[in-house]
Amino acid sequence: MSIIEVRDLTRQYRMGGETLTALNRVNLTIERGEFVAVMGPSGSGKSTFLNQIGCLDTPTSGTVLIDGQATDQLDAAALAALRNRYLGFVFQQFNLLARTSAIENVMLPLLYSPTPRAKHRAIAMERLRAVGLAERASHHPSQLSGGQQQRVAIARALVNEPKILLADEPTGALDSRTSLEIMSIFEDLSQQGITILLVTHEADIAAHAERTLFFRDGRIQEDRRQRPVSARDALATAQAALGVAAQPAAPVSNPAHSA
Amino acid sequence: MNLLVNIRIALDALRANKLRSFLTMLGIIIGVAAVITMVALGNGAERRVAEQIDALGTNILMIRSQSRGSAAVRTGAGQVNYLTEADANAIKAVPDVAAAAGSMFGRAQIIFGAENWNTQVLGVDHDYLRVRGWALESGRMFTPAEVQLSEKVALIGTTVANELFGLSDPVGQVVRVNRLPVTIIGVLAEKGQDMRGDDQDDTMIMPITTVRSKIVGRTYSLPNQVHTIMVSVTTSEAMEQVQEDIRQVLRKRQRLRPDEDDNFGIGNLSQFIEARAETQRIFNVMLSAVASVSLVVGGIGIMNIMLVSVTERTREIGLRVAIGATPGQIMQQFLVEAIVLCVLGGTVGILLALLATWAFSRLGDWPVFIDATVIAGSIVFSAGIGIAFGFLPARKAALLDPIEALRHE
Repeated sequence: MSIIEVRDLTRQYRMGGETLTALNRVNLTIERGEFVAVMGPSGSGKSTFLNQIGCLDTPTSGTVLIDGQATDQLDAAALAALRNRYLGFVFQQFNLLARTSAIENVMLPLLYSPTPRAKHRAIAMERLRAVGLAERASHHPSQLSGGQQQRVAIARALVNEPKILLADEPTGALDSRTSLEIMSIFEDLSQQGITILLVTHEADIAAHAERTLFFRDGRIQEDRRQRPVSARDALATAQAALGVAAQPAAPVSNPAHSA
Repeated sequence: MNLLVNIRIALDALRANKLRSFLTMLGIIIGVAAVITMVALGNGAERRVAEQIDALGTNILMIRSQSRGSAAVRTGAGQVNYLTEADANAIKAVPDVAAAAGSMFGRAQIIFGAENWNTQVLGVDHDYLRVRGWALESGRMFTPAEVQLSEKVALIGTTVANELFGLSDPVGQVVRVNRLPVTIIGVLAEKGQDMRGDDQDDTMIMPITTVRSKIVGRTYSLPNQVHTIMVSVTTSEAMEQVQEDIRQVLRKRQRLRPDEDDNFGIGNLSQFIEARAETQRIFNVMLSAVASVSLVVGGIGIMNIMLVSVTERTREIGLRVAIGATPGQIMQQFLVEAIVLCVLGGTVGILLALLATWAFSRLGDWPVFIDATVIAGSIVFSAGIGIAFGFLPARKAALLDPIEALRHE
């Protein structure tokens, strides 16, 4: 069974008497563990598509199946549970709670899960360690760099061990080197079997994915499979070029290598 | 996700905006403090009135002669005297009258050595102190024999004692009342102010016979006259009937024609005090109502800030929905925040009220009384305000579109 199945998905908005079709009968299947980049000009429907997969929006018609479950059959509580346990969100603007420490930001999704409270801190700490920020656990977002904030946000998205990671321009607010760091984390996650949907408008970011969807006017114009460019290698090259001592970003799977 | 977690989130959110949280709470703090303080002061005043009724004896009628003449020059109450001991004795015969005693009063200059003091001299019978429930600080009350013989003995209140004798013991000393030498046989226990604020300790008590013949009575021609007659009635239920019976007895004794007004007045002191108590109660209710208005205003402040908070934290709300919060949980979060705000404010308000009432009773010597139910009630009430005024903002938060919320700047 495919992890994501989209059938005839249509989403229309009414705007001042006019009907705007953001998604027009989209059909798509994504298999478990795929790393998919979603590209397209603004207004092409790529963000609307991501919100549909993320169960934050309801379709005008058509169906989204997450792990075989039709989302239009679920009530608000079941959708919330689905978001909590199946999906992890990463945003362009990180969306960390400003007056809350890194570890408490990571713990946030656990509040809405059945995980016993006593375990929250330990689980969150483990995730922070995986993104190489264990020693910054008590720092507040304002004390962290953009890349570090996004790593906290990724740790937060992973804290409930989701099957799917949804990233909406996760590198949009970061410089190119930090972007490569973030992308190498995604690479590792993909290798661990997490399905990743990543919206971006930068072709070199999309190049790290195995598959790219091009949206135009609410339809998938092109669905291309490709050989991904390794972000880890690119990062090493970039650092060498800048004369920075090669300092590979921590592999997510192995906390022992944390920077 | 349980209530405790939401309370923690609420406390964190309030801590994040300490000044704003405090200012928002201030409305509730002041409201609760005002209500409790007002109720405490009101209850205290009510209790004091009740004590006065008890101290006075509940079933007492005061009779005094009133103006004479209906067309010519009229005099004021008590200036002309028609009442005598015989009237008092006639009243004793009225059913349900337990006791009736006359008294006379006037002012006199009391002289002791180089000191002198002007005070009220009250002429009464030997059982006056017992009827009034007035204790002695030292010495003794005069005997029935001393009353009969118009003995020149007196008891003085503490104010008079202090003015004339300072720290030395007045008992056994001889003072001059106007020109009459009088022996002090006792000092009255301190009684403080009466209902009108007069110093009750600024007084001298002598046998009524002595006062009538030697202090104030000499200028009047009526023998055995009294200024007032104090009547105690067996039960409070009988008061009205006794009052009417006494009126008829006195009208007959004064030989008033049916068309003539009474030339005496019968005062029902407990009625007077009960009217005061009633006034006090109405006053209390009004004060509490005014104070409650400030609570409502405080509640509106809470709603205002909660709406601001929801707007400010729109992205946070969107995020919480994205990571798995249900609309119900979002609603609960903001409702709990409003309730926590109110209950915290209410608690501080109670502490402030305790401080204020303590200050009132200690420094201002006001009677106060704090009821535990008032405190419990104000906690419940402030939580209720949190729910009532937190509902709208919380609902607004729960109904936010998560996509819009996440995009919110």
